[in-house]
Amino acid sequence: MTEDGREAVIRVRGLKTQFGSHVVHENLDLDVYRGEILGVVGGSGTGKSVLLRTITGLQIPAAGEIEVFGVDVLAGGADRDSLDDRWGVMFQDGALFSSLTVRENIEVPMKAVPGLDADIRRELADLKISMVGLPYLAGDLYPSELSGGMRKRAGLARALALDPEIVFLDEPTAGLDPIGAAAFDTLIRNLSQSLGLTVFLVTHDLDTLYAICDRIAVLSERRVLVTGSLEDMLEVDDPWVREYFHGPRARAAFADTAADRED
Amino acid sequence: MAAREERIELGLSETDAGAALSLSGVLSIRTVSELRHRLAALNLDRPLVVDLAGVARIDTAGAWLLVDLETRAQSAGGSLDLRNVRDTTALLLDNVRQARPEPENRPEAARGVRALLERIGRAVVGALRYFADLTGFFGLFLARLARVLRHPSQFRLTALVAHCEDVGLRAVPIVSLMAFLIGVVLAFQGAEQLRQFGAEVFVVDLIAISVLRELGILLTAIIVAGRTASAFTAAIGSMKMREEIDAMRTLGLDPGVMLFVPRILALLLMLPILGIIADFMGIFGGALMAWLELGISPSMFVTRLIEGTGVGHLVVGLVKAPAFALIIGVVGCHAGMQVKGNAESLGRMTSGSVVAAIFAVILADALFSVFFAKVGI
Repeated sequence: MTEDGREAVIRVRGLKTQFGSHVVHENLDLDVYRGEILGVVGGSGTGKSVLLRTITGLQIPAAGEIEVFGVDVLAGGADRDSLDDRWGVMFQDGALFSSLTVRENIEVPMKAVPGLDADIRRELADLKISMVGLPYLAGDLYPSELSGGMRKRAGLARALALDPEIVFLDEPTAGLDPIGAAAFDTLIRNLSQSLGLTVFLVTHDLDTLYAICDRIAVLSERRVLVTGSLEDMLEVDDPWVREYFHGPRARAAFADTAADRED
Repeated sequence: MAAREERIELGLSETDAGAALSLSGVLSIRTVSELRHRLAALNLDRPLVVDLAGVARIDTAGAWLLVDLETRAQSAGGSLDLRNVRDTTALLLDNVRQARPEPENRPEAARGVRALLERIGRAVVGALRYFADLTGFFGLFLARLARVLRHPSQFRLTALVAHCEDVGLRAVPIVSLMAFLIGVVLAFQGAEQLRQFGAEVFVVDLIAISVLRELGILLTAIIVAGRTASAFTAAIGSMKMREEIDAMRTLGLDPGVMLFVPRILALLLMLPILGIIADFMGIFGGALMAWLELGISPSMFVTRLIEGTGVGHLVVGLVKAPAFALIIGVVGCHAGMQVKGNAESLGRMTSGSVVAAIFAVILADALFSVFFAKVGI
């Protein structure tokens, strides 16, 4: 389970997923270590979101093993059920329950905790709302009354309701304006440090990759082509990876972050 | 590490100068309620020392409890001193302190009779506004229709034909079956009653008048309202949701001409035809039942029908068809334009448009009845 002294909380081996005759992943291996922020990148249609859905058990793979905290995700039983408390998923558009207010949405996972008083639950929900940077009164609003960025924040608050050890984020900054996206990046970094979160992050956003990811996994050719730090990515000799990390937008994002780090 | 077995232990020693609390175990969302109950009686107006040395894990809920305790101690004139705080815990505590929600002033909700009156008032104003909106929309349809008549090149004939097929042709089976069954039921129920007086033959008048004047067109309109008003709302609403209608406007295409005119016109053309089909099928069903149940032969039925029922009844029924068609079309298209950018509003408007269309059709039918009674037709 340990590799260079780090504990792999997610371990995927020989994964194969397919829809009909269309094979999305084949022989895919991936490790995610405790406490890191892993950014998963890849071109459109390389199955980034499918990988997220497969690890969280929403998609049944055709072959392969997936272990989270050493528990087989594909098996049933009490061990598998206990995983639901230990991870949280933020879907692309928040996936909030439309018939509940934001506060009630965040209280949904908390209701499964035995012995938690209703007033404490409410205050904790309010705390989560303000931790993800939503205004206090947003708790009383329904999802349809929120903007896209607010829905994402509320979705993150619900994913974090039980202080999980892993959060899966599906395109957290897609559709946000640059200021909102930067604020979201900072929020994830902050929460990951203070809560010791492991973050599995699917993204297209180069700025997010540069700003907060410890490690990057590139999906290509139906598998994880390469993993490593940002500096490692610049060395990789693959046409797609080269294009992605040496393109004009990548250079701009890299220059920004380098300047930030010097400050 | 089964999460449900988390425990928190506390040791409390109180002196005159203050209190010392040592915690051990897991301070998490699962233990926070218990700990809060046990600390409820604690006197907070003295210095309090909390030792976290034995705490294995602390999560946001635990940090919230400590920060809450700290705030309450400060406001009660005491103080809280945390000992043996780990770096990550300190970071978490800072985050929670910063994030502690500041209750803003909520708008005070009205209660009791006043709230009730307010709700009624809002509903009444809403209904009036809706009616005004519908009238406006009807006006828009007439204006666009007039424009199309002046510039026939703008008219979308293909769309009209497609909508006619959808609204008219595809509704023929269900409308026919419904009318046929209504005729059967009327004949059967009427025969039961009329037989008591030996007046079986009047079942022909009963069927003919009720189907031609009222039931044929009214029930057809109700079925069409259910089928077509919802289809219009869903089609236009999903176009509104995906900003297709905005795209049309930026391309200089008028949604009124492109979407509303062909749809409402198709209804105007098709509903009278469906009404005639329903009238025939209703009488056919009635005749069949009269023959089987009462022994009124088809030729006798036809003779009685021609003698006893004027063509006026058919006219009175069919004259309502265009009015019903306009109501259904306007309500359906208008509801589609009210859809906001999310799927819930699409669903709400679609079911709402069916209810509104059916209600409006029945209301209009009642008004027609009053009108015809006053005029004496």
